[in-house]
Amino acid sequence: MAERTAPPPAAAETMVLNVGPQHPSTHGVLRLILELDGETIVRARPDVGYLHTGIEKSAEKLYYSQVIPLTDRIDYLAPLSNNLVYCLAVEKLLALEVPPRAQWMRVLLTELTRLNNHLVWLGTCALELGAMSVFLYCFREREEILKIFELVSGQRMMTSYFRIGGLAVEPPADFPRQVDRLLKMLPGRFDEYEDLLTENRIWLARTRGVGVLSPEDAIAWGITGPNLRASGIGLDLRKAEPYSSYEKFQFDVPVRPEGDVYARYLVRVAEMRQSVRIARQALDGLPAGPVRADAPGIVLPERDKMKTEMEALIYHFKLVVDGFAPPAGEVYAAVESPKGELGCFLVSDGSPRPWRMRWRPPSLLNVQVLSKLMPGHLFADAIAILASVDFVLGEVDR
Amino acid sequence: MTDWIARHPDLVFAVVKIVLCLFLLLTAVAYLTWFERKLIAHIQSRWGPHRVGPHGLLQPLADGLKNLFKEDIIPSGVTSRFVYLLAPFLAVSLSLLAVAVIPFGPESVEIWGARTGLYIADINIGLLFVLAVTSLGVYAVALAGWSSNSKYSLLGGLRSTAQMVSYEIALTLSVIGVLLLAGTLSLREIVEAQSGHWSGVVPRWFIFPQFVAFLCFFISGVAETNRAPFDLPEAETELVAGFHTEYSSMKFAMFFMAEYSHMIVTSLVASLLFFGGWLSPFPATEFWSITRYLPVVLAAALGGVLLLDVLRQRHWWHRVIMAAVGLGLLAVAGLLATQATLLALAQGPFWLLGKTAVFLFVFVWTRATLPRFRYDQLMAFGWKFLVPLAVLNIVVTSFLVAWRAG
Amino acid sequence: MTIPPELAARPVVEKLRAFNPRAVTAAEEFRGQLTLTVPPELIRDIAEFLRDSPELAFHLLTDITAVDRYPVEPRFEIIYFLRSMKSGERLRLKARVSGEQPRLESVVGLWPAADILECEVFDLFGVHFSGHPHLRRVLMPDDWQGHPLRKDYPVEGYR
Repeated sequence: MAERTAPPPAAAETMVLNVGPQHPSTHGVLRLILELDGETIVRARPDVGYLHTGIEKSAEKLYYSQVIPLTDRIDYLAPLSNNLVYCLAVEKLLALEVPPRAQWMRVLLTELTRLNNHLVWLGTCALELGAMSVFLYCFREREEILKIFELVSGQRMMTSYFRIGGLAVEPPADFPRQVDRLLKMLPGRFDEYEDLLTENRIWLARTRGVGVLSPEDAIAWGITGPNLRASGIGLDLRKAEPYSSYEKFQFDVPVRPEGDVYARYLVRVAEMRQSVRIARQALDGLPAGPVRADAPGIVLPERDKMKTEMEALIYHFKLVVDGFAPPAGEVYAAVESPKGELGCFLVSDGSPRPWRMRWRPPSLLNVQVLSKLMPGHLFADAIAILASVDFVLGEVDR
Repeated sequence: MTDWIARHPDLVFAVVKIVLCLFLLLTAVAYLTWFERKLIAHIQSRWGPHRVGPHGLLQPLADGLKNLFKEDIIPSGVTSRFVYLLAPFLAVSLSLLAVAVIPFGPESVEIWGARTGLYIADINIGLLFVLAVTSLGVYAVALAGWSSNSKYSLLGGLRSTAQMVSYEIALTLSVIGVLLLAGTLSLREIVEAQSGHWSGVVPRWFIFPQFVAFLCFFISGVAETNRAPFDLPEAETELVAGFHTEYSSMKFAMFFMAEYSHMIVTSLVASLLFFGGWLSPFPATEFWSITRYLPVVLAAALGGVLLLDVLRQRHWWHRVIMAAVGLGLLAVAGLLATQATLLALAQGPFWLLGKTAVFLFVFVWTRATLPRFRYDQLMAFGWKFLVPLAVLNIVVTSFLVAWRAG
Repeated sequence: MTIPPELAARPVVEKLRAFNPRAVTAAEEFRGQLTLTVPPELIRDIAEFLRDSPELAFHLLTDITAVDRYPVEPRFEIIYFLRSMKSGERLRLKARVSGEQPRLESVVGLWPAADILECEVFDLFGVHFSGHPHLRRVLMPDDWQGHPLRKDYPVEGYR
């Protein structure tokens, strides 16, 4: 049986340093076992599992619609991306078409989610390198995004706003005005962060040439998302395999060839600007119409219909008590989450509960690649690399 | 008893000055933490401390009380209990010691008939003493890191030993330019060498001929105090808390006090060496003599603002505190305006502390703005940039001095 | 288990069968997603062929997971998710292994990404991967009894 204790040092001169699970810069409960020669890292091994909550197992005992609140808890910095990938998987299983208004809203909100995630990433990454003010500026802007989430879903972080077949509710009347205000504010704020960091000599010295990941290695280690694009491969599922009408939006995919921490920083900042651009298009072109598919027996009926129509009441009762049973089969849905390819693999046996739900976590692979990136670097660089790959332990351990 | 006092006036003055200096320095250290937290908070669009007292003014007191009453934990694995306990004492006492040779005003002033200097000790190697005592602080850090018997502490201790020893060299070399110009190691005489004005307007401060030296000195000074962007020994995101990871309660607070008083001493020395210390920047002519009332104006204005602020405070005791501080400042202003002796006495400390405050602001400002250096970059910067620059400055300065001497 | 003719004409299936006639035991397409069932003993060779074939170029291993079909035997389906970096095509490989001593050859040598993914399958399903450099529990504690994602493992755990 495998053991969790650290392997013996390779040479007598090295020191094993156990970073975490409680450490100021492990972004949660990651444990890193570092073998140091002086301050140089000889070997790094991430140890995960401290936040395992058995979400995949729990999902097997729930109706399809009851799984949605679990998905928020996986990547709690990008809850709506999780909601989206799960809903897309079930909708694919059901071959269910979602009305355009809901698709646009999903694009708008997942782009805000990406902004939320990248702001936290930028803030914490800057904090790890000692730039304390950027951290607080990023969290100030993130607060505005969380207010939007609260506006539409009543929750700041655990939104559970997307439903199978559309959205939970029509967004409130104030929503467009609030989002408009946010989108007008953000680009100027990005300029502020860039003023502080992009050409800062110390920032450049700390991030350039640090933690270089070649494109071949990135692919071999299963890296996707912004980290892959910072290594020179412009794979973005929003362009490559569009979902939720992404093909109707104009945006660029920022790519940097260097593959170092600085490239990851530049890619994410450029991505935030693109997200604002997509969100602006989604807001301005938000189509009218229903936000839920017309699929009785799968989508809950409108509240007032449920109170006035017998048929709706029966559907409501059946749906709440028995759930719905999609056809037997296996589907995989993937979205471009802020951290990379977020996938949901659903196996249905024709019963109202998923036989198996597999969550493809980008964070897990981002953590794994640390053991490749860290050796040869100084301890201080290890922290920069750790902060740059972007992971959230809820998603690593699920 | 009174006879004895009358027979030993110097001793009495020395004791009074030591007590006064320590009290002022420790208060300054406490309120420097408040100043730093408040300033950084406002830079980062936050409020900072604002619960304990008006504007959080009682926060340092609360922190002090908290640290005093916290459980005093000594980890069971410490390498040496004696060394472990010695380190914080060493840190704080050494950094407080340096203030003994700082002159706050001209050589001697007359206070109610007796003459004394505005310093605890005026030794002719004052600058050397300051450098020696502050650089001993590295022992405290190294010992703390070693004796904690923790890997984070050890790494922090190693880093700071290397850092402080390296930057000590750049610091000392950068001062030599000033020594060449002043021709003395006494801090008082260095300041006096800066009196007067070029063309009657520009003060003859050493900052102008020794600008490069000042840059080296200040950068090394920041590095010496382990402050951002050179705060590697305690880089919290890497080494948790560096060399003081295993320290808690008052022992932790003592390292903190050492760091802050070190900041104050560095700022004081920078003002003395390069910015004319207690000298007023204004020419000593009849027209400019009006500027001697600046302390009065400042105290009165600040008092007025604080009294206005009373109206904005919600709690009655916050109002009482603000009113008391405001009225106190107004009283000080009144005293200074009416007592010519006091006004003359206040001139030196006013200018010196004013200049020091500017440096302290810069200290805090850099911390809020800049990311942290990496260990090897820090060493490269020190050895490959600062030390050669300081040496070059010495060469150029000594050449010019020799040339001028003919 | 057969291969429908319209799937047999797919380049992936054709190339795989040209590589090894036994390589594909079944093929299925559901909602436009292709799943090939392959013999478990051939999984590493097939994966290597798919990765190194210049026309197919399945360079990206996005995921490895398992499905427990308990009480059906062979009970475990180990599923490999591949994505071609050339055509963007996605492919799922499925290897069925029995509940008695479930064992499969590791693909860590092909993709370092497989390291932690195989460990997770081992941890949660108890499927062994021979040739894995350091097969260990990753999510559950080291001294955990049982493999939680197996269908005969109760959701509430053993009390």
